[in-house]
This record gives sequence, structure tokens and C-alpha cells, in this order.
Amino acid sequence: MHKRTFLKFSALAAATVLSIPLMAYAQNATLKIGFVGVTSGPAAAWGISNQRSMEARAAWLNELGGVKIGDKTYNIEIVAFDDQKDPKRAIAGMEKMAQDGIHYVVGPNVDDGAAAVRPVAEQNGIMYFPYSFPKALFTPPASNAILGMVANYQSGPAIYKYLMENKGVKKVAFVAANESDPLSQRESGIEAAQALGLEVVSGNVTYQVDTTDFTPVLLPVIQAAPDLLVLSGVSPANAPQLIRSARELGYTGLISTETAQDAAVLQEGAGDLADGFISVGGASTPELASDTMNEFVERYTKMFGEYNDESNTKVYALEYIIETLKANPAAIDNVEEYKKTMDTFEAPNPFMKGDAKLTYVGMTSFGQKRQVSVPLVVNEYKGGKFETLFVGQVD
Amino acid sequence: MEQIIANGLYLGAQYALIALGLTLIFSLMNVLNFAHGQMYVFGGFVTYTVVVQLGLPFVVGLFASALALAVMGAAIEKFLFAPVVRRSKRDESTMLLAAGVAFFLDAVILLFFGEKQRGVPKVVNGVFNWDMRIIMPYDRILIGVLAVLLIVAFIVFMNYSRSGRAMRALAQDRTAAQLMGVDVSRYSMLGFALGAMLAGLVGGLLVTITGVNLGMGGPTSIKAFLMIMIGGAGVISGAIAGGFILGMMESVGLTVLSAYGDITYLAIFASLMVFLAVRPQGLMGKPWG
Repeated sequence: MHKRTFLKFSALAAATVLSIPLMAYAQNATLKIGFVGVTSGPAAAWGISNQRSMEARAAWLNELGGVKIGDKTYNIEIVAFDDQKDPKRAIAGMEKMAQDGIHYVVGPNVDDGAAAVRPVAEQNGIMYFPYSFPKALFTPPASNAILGMVANYQSGPAIYKYLMENKGVKKVAFVAANESDPLSQRESGIEAAQALGLEVVSGNVTYQVDTTDFTPVLLPVIQAAPDLLVLSGVSPANAPQLIRSARELGYTGLISTETAQDAAVLQEGAGDLADGFISVGGASTPELASDTMNEFVERYTKMFGEYNDESNTKVYALEYIIETLKANPAAIDNVEEYKKTMDTFEAPNPFMKGDAKLTYVGMTSFGQKRQVSVPLVVNEYKGGKFETLFVGQVD
Repeated sequence: MEQIIANGLYLGAQYALIALGLTLIFSLMNVLNFAHGQMYVFGGFVTYTVVVQLGLPFVVGLFASALALAVMGAAIEKFLFAPVVRRSKRDESTMLLAAGVAFFLDAVILLFFGEKQRGVPKVVNGVFNWDMRIIMPYDRILIGVLAVLLIVAFIVFMNYSRSGRAMRALAQDRTAAQLMGVDVSRYSMLGFALGAMLAGLVGGLLVTITGVNLGMGGPTSIKAFLMIMIGGAGVISGAIAGGFILGMMESVGLTVLSAYGDITYLAIFASLMVFLAVRPQGLMGKPWG
């Protein structure tokens, strides 16, 4: 064989071999999964951790050849929409998802956005996974929303009870931003605290989200001398400043929240003053994390430069959607089929060690299974990182 | 009461410094710089990067913020605002441009610095406690004093330097200043750079106290506009007065009205509406502009 002919033949063969996986990749159908949430402004961290978790997991699954649902293999495409924490934008986002023929949407991240998109989702056959807690979204007759995390009225009582029994907490004070989510979380927190027999010594102090000095905000709260200061629905941006101001005002009691926080942000914003701060963590700890979870963290970090602890929870929604569709392929464009499957659905949980399962829960809180089952991890911040205080489960 | 006054003075000093940059740009170019808050945020992130990520001293971070924002301000003026001011006589052209710059800077900040809250560790530890009557962390006292020193330095620069006098002349009467030989384009650029530098410096100073995040730009701009509306747009003494008045109102409101919920800003906005109905030019502004 001439050298030139040999080179041509080799090049052709190599191109053919190399193009086989690409052809397989290209031949896969596309399954679009939506995300409508906040990826700009002060609460951007909440939505960005959602979007990036979905994108990192989708890229990984696509790299593995796609997802087999029924007799077809799909590549996952994430269609994202920034609602800017504005309910009107959230509605526009959900309408866009409907126009794109998307039936499964993760988000929105806040109460008013989640409530606003409900009619659009119900009219257009969309199941959505909000990260907000109004019970009306998850209790009958509502049936299209699935809570993507543990609600504050589930985690709050567990935290207060633990602190009463282990730290002797008797008096509690609540501080919240003047926004719908923190205010509703404060109300349910006060209700839970009173039900447990705690004395609420301050429960009406609020602050603007753009507050730059929390000293005047916290002064009357600290003067009420609580054993526990609850930062209801506090965003990762405000938490370090509030902790720092409280400590600088001489407060030595406990501080907690039912929202997820970021250890690096606490370290930079409050340093050692944040030691002992109790928060709900992402749904994973080193003791719980499987190899898949650890690889997810690696891939996420490689893709986006920095991991967000919240993604330990946010990684789950996409997994639940895909696994439920695998369990009932007819649900791919029919959410009524999806709803039927939810009651009995069970699949291995790839992100936890052992024989943990993905199942839908929520019977106690909502009277129907409209919540993903993720571990309730309660953390304590110490020396720049979170340590697991206790792990619970929602039924 | 002592605590309320101390909080008000601290807030006022930082607010006044934010408002100064905005009012300077307005007085020189008649431009409402909606991107002022984003410039403040950018300054905070530059200091954060220099101090936390590069491990350099805080003072270096502050200088880096001042320099970066001065260069950015000069470039924005030269390549964006100056051509628009030259070609369009309509005020809304520069307003739209300023809004566009704000959105652009938001996107740049997200791209380079990410979505997370960032902060610089305390530069001074410890808390000043005067018999529980005034409690003020030393770092806040330091930042407050630095803010006041910067305000004084700015006033001295504007009153006694050649460039400062040229900018004041420009602010008073652009045409007359030009006829007297003031290089309008040069001093407009210098003024814009100085205004942006002040925003960057405040961002750098406050990143040690409040931290910084992507979403702080818009609310900061709104507060800055509030201050110059109170004091009188385009008047330096008015911006300082507006800053201290807003800081004091906020401090008093948050303490006195806390029992009634978060109505401090409701009360401030209501008072402002009444005030502007009576004195639309602000405390020290002139009715004719």
C-alpha cells in the first residue's frame, strides 16, 4: 500500500471510530427540564446552586451516554430562566417553559414566585419543584408542586427541641427580613416554639434586605435577653452580618436558622464570631455521602470553580424527575401519570451510602406525597467549617 | 440615645461618602449615574480579591479599589458618556446609558466574582463599650473615621487644588468655564473618575463590615439618590448633609419604630415626599438647577 493511501485510510478509519460516540450522542432524543428561579440579586446564591447542580448532573449523565427512559435514550437539556425573585417574572418563566413543551420544572426559590406560577403550571400540565414552604402549594387540591427540600416547619421544631433538651434553651427571639419568605418562616417558627413551651421574648423585629448596619436592628432584640436568637429565613448574604452584630453587641447565647448557609461566606463575613451558629445543611455529610456524591462535588467544582454546600440538597430534584420517569415512561409528557407513580415510587439513592432510597414523602405535613425525601442535616459552624449536629428524616 | 446617635453618625459617614461621588458626577455632567451602586460593589470585590485571595494588606486592597474604579470611571466617561453627551441633548439618553452600564457591571461582577456574599476579615478586633450606653466595634469606629477623613480630603481637594477649582467652575457654569480656558472634556473625565473612585473606596472600606454581594448595587444607588434628593442634587455640602440626615433617620427609626414592624423606610419615604413637595430642590440645591 502506498504511504499516501495508507495515511488516507488511517485518517478515515480514525475519523469513523471517533465519530461513533458523537453519532450516538447526537442520535439521542432530548429531554428538556426547566429551571425557573432567582439567579441574580441578593438571593442569587439560592437559584445559582440549583441551576448549576442541574447542569453539572445533566452534563455527567449525557457524558455517560444519556438517560434511558422506556425504550428511548435521552440527553438532558437544562432550560434556565432567571425570575429575579419577582413573581411576575416567575410567571413569564413558567409560561416560557410551557411554550417549550417542558413538563418538569425545578423552582421557583421563594414563596411568592412559587404561589404565582401555580395556575400556569396546573393549566399547562407542569410538575414543579419549589424551594418554598407554603403548605397550600402541596396540600390537596393542589397537586402539581413537589417540595424540593425540608421545610422550616419541619426542621425548626426539630432544632428547637434539640436545643431545649441539650442546651437548656428557654427564651427565644426571632428576627426576619421584611419579605414574604422570612416573615412566613418567622410566623411558623414562633408557632412551633410556643407549641414546644418556649417563651418568645421578641418576635416582631424586621430589617430591610439591603441593610448595611444591623446594630440598630438587633439592639432591641438583644436587650430582650433571649437564650436563642433565630434568624428566620436569613439569606447567606445577611447571616454573617447579623451574627457579627449580635456578638459585637455582647450577645453570648445561641444563634440558629432554618435556611442553608455557606461555611466560606460565614468565615469571611463573621470569622470566629460565627462559631456555634446552627443551620440546616445541605442534605449530605461526609458520613452520608456516597462515591457518586463525592464525584458530583468534584465535577461541579471543576465546572464552576467553587462548590456550594446547598447543592447537596439541590442535586436531588433532577434525580427524582429522571428516576420517576424511568419508573413510568408514560409520564414523560403526561404529569397525571407522574402523579400516579409518586405514591409507590422507590429507587436507589445514588448520593447516599448504604441502601438509602429515593421516595416521595409529605403525608404528615401535606396529607399527600408531595415532597422529595432528603436527609434533614442540622449543622453547627466551627472553625471555618460545618460539623453535623444531628441528622433527621421527614415522613 | 447615645447609641442611636453613634449609629446614626457611623451610617451617615459612609452614606455621605457614597453620595459625594454621585453628586460630583451629576454636578459636572448632569448625568444621573444609576451604575454608582454597581461601582461601589465592584470596589468591594476588588478589595476582597486583593486582601483575601491574594493575601495582601487591607490598605493595598483599598488602593487597588480606588485605582481600578478611577480607571473604570475615566474609561466609561471617555468612551460612553462623553460621546452621548456630545451627540444627544436629551437627558434620557444618558439615563438609559447609565442604566445599561449598571446592568453590564452586574453581569461583569457575576462573571468575575461569582454570586456569593464575600467579606474581608475584621481589620481591628474588639468592641468599644461605654458603660453599655454606647457599644461600637473598633473596626466600625475606624471605618467611620476613615470615611470622615476621606470626606475632608475631598472637600480640601475640591476647594484648594487647581483641578478641584476647575471642576467646581465646570459645575457652576459649563459654558463660562470653557470660555475661561477650562478643558471641559479633561475635567469631565477627571470628575467621573473621581466619583467612581469614591464609590470604589466606600465599597473597599465597607467590605470589612458588611461584606459585598452581587445584589447590593441597586439598593445602594437608590439610597444614594435619596441622599442627594434630601441635600440637593449637584451640591457637595448637600450630599454630605443628606448622607448624615439619612443615617440619623435610619438609626432613630430602627430603634424607635422597631416595635411597630419594619416601617422605618416607609416613614423615611413618606417624610421625603412631604419634604420634596415643600422644597423640591432639596436642602441646599438651587431651584434653577
